[in-house]
Amino acid sequence: MAKPDYLHFFIDPNRCIGCQACVQACSECDTHRGESMIHLEYVNRPESVQTVPVVCMHCEQPTCAEVCPADAIKRTGDGVVQSARKPRCIACGNCVVACPFGVPELYEDRKIMMKCDMCYDRTSVGKKPMCATVCPSQALFFGSREQIEQLRPLSTPVNTFQFGNQTITTQVYAMVPRKLANRPSHVDVTAAMNEHPRSRAVSLKVVSTPTTPADAAALDADPFAEIEV
Amino acid sequence: MTGVRLSTSVEPERLVKTHCCFCGQQCGIQLKVRDNQVIGFEPWEEFPFNRGMLCPKGVKRYLQGSHPDRLTTAFRRDSSSASGFSPMPYHQAIARVASEIERIQQAHGAGAIAVLGGASLTTEKTYLLGKFARVCLKTPFIDYNGRLCMVSAGAANKKAFGIDRTTNPWSDMVGTDVIWVAGSNVAECSPITTNYIWQAREQGAKIIIQDPRITPAARTCDLYLPVKPGRDAALFAGVLQIMIERNWLDHAFIDEHTVGFDQVAEYCQSWTLSRTADVTGVPQRALMQAAEWWGTAKTSFLFHARGIEHHSNGVQNALGTINLVLASGRIGKPKSGYGTIVGQANGQGGREHGQKCDQLPGWRDISNPEHRRYIAGVWGVDEQELPAAGVDAYELFRKIDRGEIKGLLSICFNPKVSLPDNTFITRCLEKLEFYTAIDFFMNDSAWHADIVLPGSLQEEDEGTVTQVEGRIIKINKAVACPGEAREDWRILQDIAQALGRPRGFTFEHPREIFEELRVASKGGVADYSGVTYEKITQQLGVFWPCYSEDPRTGAPIDDHLGTPRLFERGSYNPVAKGNGPFYFPDGRARFNVAEYRPPVDDACDEYPIYLTTGRVISQFLSGTQTRRIGPLVHQYPEPRIEMHPRLAAKLGIADGEWATAETRRGALTLRAQVVTTIRPDTVFIPYHWAGPKSANQLTVAAQDPISKIPQYKVCGCRVRKAGAPPDYATVLEPQQ
Repeated sequence: MAKPDYLHFFIDPNRCIGCQACVQACSECDTHRGESMIHLEYVNRPESVQTVPVVCMHCEQPTCAEVCPADAIKRTGDGVVQSARKPRCIACGNCVVACPFGVPELYEDRKIMMKCDMCYDRTSVGKKPMCATVCPSQALFFGSREQIEQLRPLSTPVNTFQFGNQTITTQVYAMVPRKLANRPSHVDVTAAMNEHPRSRAVSLKVVSTPTTPADAAALDADPFAEIEV
Repeated sequence: MTGVRLSTSVEPERLVKTHCCFCGQQCGIQLKVRDNQVIGFEPWEEFPFNRGMLCPKGVKRYLQGSHPDRLTTAFRRDSSSASGFSPMPYHQAIARVASEIERIQQAHGAGAIAVLGGASLTTEKTYLLGKFARVCLKTPFIDYNGRLCMVSAGAANKKAFGIDRTTNPWSDMVGTDVIWVAGSNVAECSPITTNYIWQAREQGAKIIIQDPRITPAARTCDLYLPVKPGRDAALFAGVLQIMIERNWLDHAFIDEHTVGFDQVAEYCQSWTLSRTADVTGVPQRALMQAAEWWGTAKTSFLFHARGIEHHSNGVQNALGTINLVLASGRIGKPKSGYGTIVGQANGQGGREHGQKCDQLPGWRDISNPEHRRYIAGVWGVDEQELPAAGVDAYELFRKIDRGEIKGLLSICFNPKVSLPDNTFITRCLEKLEFYTAIDFFMNDSAWHADIVLPGSLQEEDEGTVTQVEGRIIKINKAVACPGEAREDWRILQDIAQALGRPRGFTFEHPREIFEELRVASKGGVADYSGVTYEKITQQLGVFWPCYSEDPRTGAPIDDHLGTPRLFERGSYNPVAKGNGPFYFPDGRARFNVAEYRPPVDDACDEYPIYLTTGRVISQFLSGTQTRRIGPLVHQYPEPRIEMHPRLAAKLGIADGEWATAETRRGALTLRAQVVTTIRPDTVFIPYHWAGPKSANQLTVAAQDPISKIPQYKVCGCRVRKAGAPPDYATVLEPQQ
């Protein structure tokens, strides 16, 4: 069997709440128990709660496989790029450096690269990947194009990415808002406390160390710049 | 290569369809079982509430059963043992508990023994516990940890609607115009609700979030209201005032289905826009925007949780939200509803059937003679023998302190971590003449017990739980209790037996308890009489009330499906008897004046910063379970004190440095987490930890005068850079 070709993986970072259900569920997989193949990071926790989940994007022409000197990374007929094959992998780390999405990881102790294989043990028998099954915000979604279009009218799936001169087409889609949001996301509480909102959050650097008199004056002019204590 | 399924690991013998043991969402989950061990999980995609979705706690919950700390024998306090405890045979422990209860009751009266229960227990257990306290122990002093959780919402619901339940299933949320989330960190405390909110937004809903912190769900909301801790009632009054001024009201609904609007409108007059903005710390434009969206919506949902309920003004805060809902007329309709997001697994069911100090099964009132007679009849006792109302969980500790209560039996409650000003609680636990703790792990309070009895994990017993939507679901047994551990209800019955008071405590199976509960709840507002285990399994949940007799005619029926949506126009309920959709004799909902009062121990010159507390996603309540699950500990290993960079700069504290927070009760030193996502006048500390890391050393034991909920969400605090790391920083310590 193979992954049904009408089912696709969609990532919507706008929905992510950073809960790590995906990470915890991924590490339950029998093929890599104890290790998660998903990367879930804060973008910049001091200034936002925003998090981004990264699974393997399963490129049409996988850069990781192209740069592998041992030909250890295989793409199955249904388009799923597999982890390195153990007998071949020489743990050189070329793939880790080359992947534009930062997906493969080298496990030095085991001398092997491992990465997300879209839960091939599940997807190849008609189940959803574990991360997309458990994700409570459905930032990770697995289903058909028709389903995603019906469920997510505000965004559009994108699977072509430009990195310098390299154009990459992937099996996995990223959900991109159809309209740019008319206001930035909430990153600093003080912006919401202001009677006249500023479009950008006050940066930590400006607030903690006013370097120029102008900066200091700007702070003084802002009625909410001083904490109310 | 395609299609070769990798067979790599131990295959389970069977999958058990059940639910997560943690929060009130009660996600469906399948547990993998082999050799009487839970070895993993598989999503249960058919269960309609979560369709396979789980949070990290649900994913890793299977690990708890195999933990080496699992209690498999009884223990007694033993100063000659290195740990302070020695194992003892179960039946000897039961005999000792019974003889001490007997001794204390003979010397000091029946009321010298108190019982503390919990809302993570199945409804069967909470029912039996209430009966055990009143019939076997004959003590009025029983209360539960829902006192720290849902009682403000419950009291407000009772006052306004005459029934205490969320009004709609969550699936009603998709397609609504506006969702207002007041004081609920949905993403971390009820994660599955997030998908419903996001899905509603995809269909056009505007999301309003009211919180002193930009929680993960607040980051992308449409309107964020950065309310100052403890000012929620003012915010609701101010918004309602705008709605009144702009005539964004449903007059027809107010006239036809409510009473008391005029008094509320009069109270709101003093909440001018500028005064509301001043008091709440929310800008005028944001208040206007909230009022406009809420006032002009066609359909809407309003949810609240502990953020507005954990206050000495908690009931008023909840009533403030209800006033907004009633003024809009948007309740009892498919896309419009209101509810509190319960915190604990059985936060709903655990508050309905009698482990609360003033309550009898079926949401009956222990001071109502008619209710007493009915339940006394079910229990086969004289009504005069039933004790009167007791006191709330915190007052119970004050009684211990005063020497009025000498003995305590606790189950599913870890007061040493979870109650405010817990230095006082620890002192009280040590004052007890005899303390029996039932738990599956040695919780932090159990270290003060004289006897610890090994109870059951959720997966080791069967029963029902009522989750956040009011849906009764079925917990199925996956494995048997290990060693001498046994099902909690058996332990209670063993004590009753040893006391020589076995009458009414001879159940052989949870199903038998449930059958009695059906009868006991019949005719009450929380009527479960038409619910059976089979119906729950067939329907994947039953929403109460579910009748065994047609409430109109009294004719027996066995096909009532339950009540997914409350207060629909034209609906019949046994209280209103056709006079209207709400549970009062006239069928009308009540507006209540929801008065703003400043918090007790508010920020002041001496303690100028607001301290607020709450949860993180990877931990649950007092951490007895989740602090023992490695991957969850790893996700957020220890509490940090969250503060805004402006405050940090003023205090000279950098991210990751040690900071000391101090209130009138105590001080604790934690690493600072400096983030822009919290109000600069507020610090946040999660409460799941014990000992020197326990946030509840700092919190204030002020309580709401009606609900008696403690004011966890605000108190005056001062923060300074710590001179040195705390002692615990250099000690390799167990998480417990």
